[in-house]
Amino acid sequence: MKARVTVTLKNGILDPQGKAIEGALKSLGVEGIASVRQGKVFDIEIPGADKAKAEAALKDAADKLLANTVIENYRVEIV
Amino acid sequence: MAGLCRLRLETCMKSAVLVFPGINRERDMARALKLASGHDSTMVWHADTALPKGTDLVVVPGGFSYGDYLRCGAIAARSPVMDAVRAFAADGGLVLGVCNGFQILCESGLLPGILMRNAKLKFICHDVHLRVERSDTAFTRGYNAGQVIRVPIAHGEGNYTADAETLKRLEGDGRVLYRYCSATGEVGDLHNINGAAQSIAGIVNERGNVLGMMPHPENHVEDIMGCTDGRGLFAGLVEHLAHAA
Repeated sequence: MKARVTVTLKNGILDPQGKAIEGALKSLGVEGIASVRQGKVFDIEIPGADKAKAEAALKDAADKLLANTVIENYRVEIV
Repeated sequence: MAGLCRLRLETCMKSAVLVFPGINRERDMARALKLASGHDSTMVWHADTALPKGTDLVVVPGGFSYGDYLRCGAIAARSPVMDAVRAFAADGGLVLGVCNGFQILCESGLLPGILMRNAKLKFICHDVHLRVERSDTAFTRGYNAGQVIRVPIAHGEGNYTADAETLKRLEGDGRVLYRYCSATGEVGDLHNINGAAQSIAGIVNERGNVLGMMPHPENHVEDIMGCTDGRGLFAGLVEHLAHAA
């Protein structure tokens, strides 16, 4: 089973990297972009076919390590 | 050197310096500890599950543990030795984290908040001034309240932040011990080198036995370094332990 954990910054947390990317896009002349926030994507392989078990393991991984829940949110999906 | 010997108190500060892959300031730290206390530190490997018997002080030094992968300090914070450090701190043991060590303490839950990318995105490596906010703690008793000291910083992620409630509590409880400031002690955006909330350079936990700070006091302890303002922190720790003993 393939899974994906997406980690994003919580609303209200300043993201200087996202701001810098936003500025670079503007200077490249890329039109129609209002704002950019940078996050992380983890592609994870899970053995077996038990979806519920997989989701529990992914949530555990995100809570324990992949995300710092002080500043980040995460989303878990089986793809 | 003679001055340091005179300052030395009769104590046996047993310090343990943690070593993680990618850490590079552990020798500087051990040297500063030896200068202050007269005793060698024990280097403790990240995979160890216990601290040496009779440890008085655990130091989490600076560097780039695990190459700053994932988030600064995130992987080191989950290594086996940190369970022992958590238990040690829960027992009231003194823990000092500098630079990457501060990041590791935040990631391990021993200190609140997190160190974000510097507001201007640059790695900053030069001396800064710090205002010592109070002198009645184990980590600041070598200084006077309001004293300005000069110490180096070297980090890309030192921009301290926490939720509004935590920041309010840190200020209300007097847990901000070091703040970025001008040479004359003014605090403000102009002197807030990395954009940290409320110019925070160093904080303690609720109990006051765990300090995290971004600047490197261990790099300003000998005349040859051009400045000895960092000595006060280590001398204060030695004094604190001598009085506690």
